Amino acid sequence: MPLLFLGIFFCLAFSWTGLILYPHMHMGNLKPVALEVDGMLYPLRPSGLAAQGEQVYIQMNCTTCHSQQVRPKGFGADFERGWGDRQSVPRDYIYNKQNMIGTNRTGPDLANIGDRVNAEWHHKHLYNPRSTSKGSIMPSFKFLYKLQKQGKAPSHEALKGFAPGDEPPEGYEVVPSHRAKILVEYLLSLKQNYELPEGKLSK
Amino acid sequence: MNNPTMTLSQMTLSQIDRSLKGSGIFFVSWACIWLLVGTLFALITSIKLQYPPFLSGYEWFTFGRVRAAHLNVVAYGWVNNALFAVGLWVMARLCKSPVRHKGMLYVAGSFWNLGLLLGVGGIFMGHNSAVEWLEMPTYVSPLLAVAYVLIGAWGVLAFWHRESDHVYVSQWYLLAAFFWFPWLYTIVQMLIFFTPMQGVMQSITHWWFAHNVLGLWMTPICVAIVYYILPKVLGKPIHSYYLSVVGFWSLALFYNWAGMHHLIGGPIPVWMISAGIVGSIMMFVPVIVTAINHHITAMGSLRDIWNSPSLRFIVFGAMNYTLSSAFGSLMALRSFNKITHFTHFTVGHAHHGAYGFVTMVLFGGIYFMLPRLLNREWPSAGLIRMHFWCCSSGIILMVVALSIGGWFQGLKMNNPNIPFLDIVRFTLPYLHARTLAGLLLLCGHVAFVVNVVWMLRGSYVRSETGPTLLSPVPNSGGL
Ligand code: HEC
Repeated sequence: MPLLFLGIFFCLAFSWTGLILYPHMHMGNLKPVALEVDGMLYPLRPSGLAAQGEQVYIQMNCTTCHSQQVRPKGFGADFERGWGDRQSVPRDYIYNKQNMIGTNRTGPDLANIGDRVNAEWHHKHLYNPRSTSKGSIMPSFKFLYKLQKQGKAPSHEALKGFAPGDEPPEGYEVVPSHRAKILVEYLLSLKQNYELPEGKLSK
Repeated sequence: MNNPTMTLSQMTLSQIDRSLKGSGIFFVSWACIWLLVGTLFALITSIKLQYPPFLSGYEWFTFGRVRAAHLNVVAYGWVNNALFAVGLWVMARLCKSPVRHKGMLYVAGSFWNLGLLLGVGGIFMGHNSAVEWLEMPTYVSPLLAVAYVLIGAWGVLAFWHRESDHVYVSQWYLLAAFFWFPWLYTIVQMLIFFTPMQGVMQSITHWWFAHNVLGLWMTPICVAIVYYILPKVLGKPIHSYYLSVVGFWSLALFYNWAGMHHLIGGPIPVWMISAGIVGSIMMFVPVIVTAINHHITAMGSLRDIWNSPSLRFIVFGAMNYTLSSAFGSLMALRSFNKITHFTHFTVGHAHHGAYGFVTMVLFGGIYFMLPRLLNREWPSAGLIRMHFWCCSSGIILMVVALSIGGWFQGLKMNNPNIPFLDIVRFTLPYLHARTLAGLLLLCGHVAFVVNVVWMLRGSYVRSETGPTLLSPVPNSGGL
């Protein structure tokens, strides 16, 4: 019986050592690297707002529908779909609070979304995904936006271009809440468009 | 008690049953509540995916959170409570010694379900994590960890004090699961949340854990339940003792490594992915061996299986264990994974394993256990039949729809000429089919829970003395 117990113990300890302890020693403490192009350390440390926005992304659990990883060329069509220009590598993720490489692509991969669309598009899309993407099944995040009375001049943050039925009543406007703004800040920070020693861009 | 025909071991068994009656009812009741709640969340999730405006105005009910709540409620509310009930009962019966430390079970059960209530509430309030299978906020993990440790310790202690002279294969599986899981859970909480590792190391640890929830916790206990109930009801020994030894050790050795197949193509070292693939392919060994053992034992007794409520579910579950595991191993192949990864195929596969196998076996286990705990037969054979037909057809529909839909979704996603939104539109009919499947499952669950409630309240007690069977055998009546 002690043998049974030892065996049971050993099996789990074995995989833990192999899959977690050893890789952790090996790549559990990666550092950014200085690149020749501009001498800056890459990956760039996200701005304070972007780092806060990661929390909103977690709270809305966008990971259930979006991955953040580019697969190698030839393995799927990640490059051809414009989701990235090189395969993602561990160093890309050293500043994540929670690692959200994800396992589901009900929606497109977002590893490089910061390179693809701008803040205005994001707000429009988050407010109602059907306004930018006909037939989308992404949920709307209207509750991150505020309806407010228009001042003398419309706010520069006010959303424009609503889907039919979404327009605010006369004299009102829709503006992003703080959380919507930091979420978009986070989305804009998502880009793996720099070259690392272990990850070269395909040109 | 003073029935002269009762053997000594039957006396201990009925003593054990009597000692575990209270905690068994406690766990089964919670399991039933969570089952209904979890099914409801599942339906909401499914409807939201095909019709996003549904309940979209409330932050509490945003898709990501309802989905997380669904997963946690069914996995940790329904499955775990049912596993605690049936798994510990099988362990106690096989150890044939008087039950000790009953209090531990109530403490563990209270901690567990309180933790879940707070945890699921926390998910809705946005205190969730984005780590699938571990979305509950970190402030409930100590509660859950204590509960796991107590349950695990109870199982190991029961084994320690066993009075049976030989150890049956079910006991290995149970012992291993009760020992593994508290350990696994504590490690992963520390490494992901309390002292988080860097970047992708979190994802590696995450999938090592999440795959092991199924592999080292749910699967071994359910395999143990099949190994216990199948020969018992059929009254014949298991096909091969030797094969069960091979099955156990190969599962213990290989399942641990398989989790990395969730990261194929991902930003982790290639050798780790290869290790995951090898582990997944090697899983064919325990699966085939266990399949031979279960199915050959079952063969030749199909009529009895069909008539017994517990065996009908258990054999359905065992068949799905074989099937879903075979698919799981295939899905780990790079060429297969390239298509199915990131699609609804994986979601279908998860339900195949966690529902088609685990949940169905647990239904069977409860159908077997409750009459023995309560000394009472199931009130309604009709409800059991309805339960079986709704759940079996529901899960088949769901797995088939999501597999076909997911397969073509994957093929299309790998073809850059097809716009993404066309793919989204393409999957819709399959998502509708899933909602339909969910409705069928809900009907089945309601039938099950009504039967359990009648059983517990002692209403509609059948006058016959024989057990409730599902065929028109002359002496069985009932509703
Ligand atoms: C139910 C699944 C689902 C959830 C949850 C979800 N999305 Fe989406 N998302 C989609 C789908 C489907 C698309 C593609 C259609 C579209 O553009 O709306 C998409 C598209 C996007 C795009 C545009 C990508 C591109 O390449 O054009 C962004 C950005 C995005 N989502 C961000 C988010 C964020 C941020 C969250 C969480 C707050 C989120 N999504 C939650 C399904 C989802």
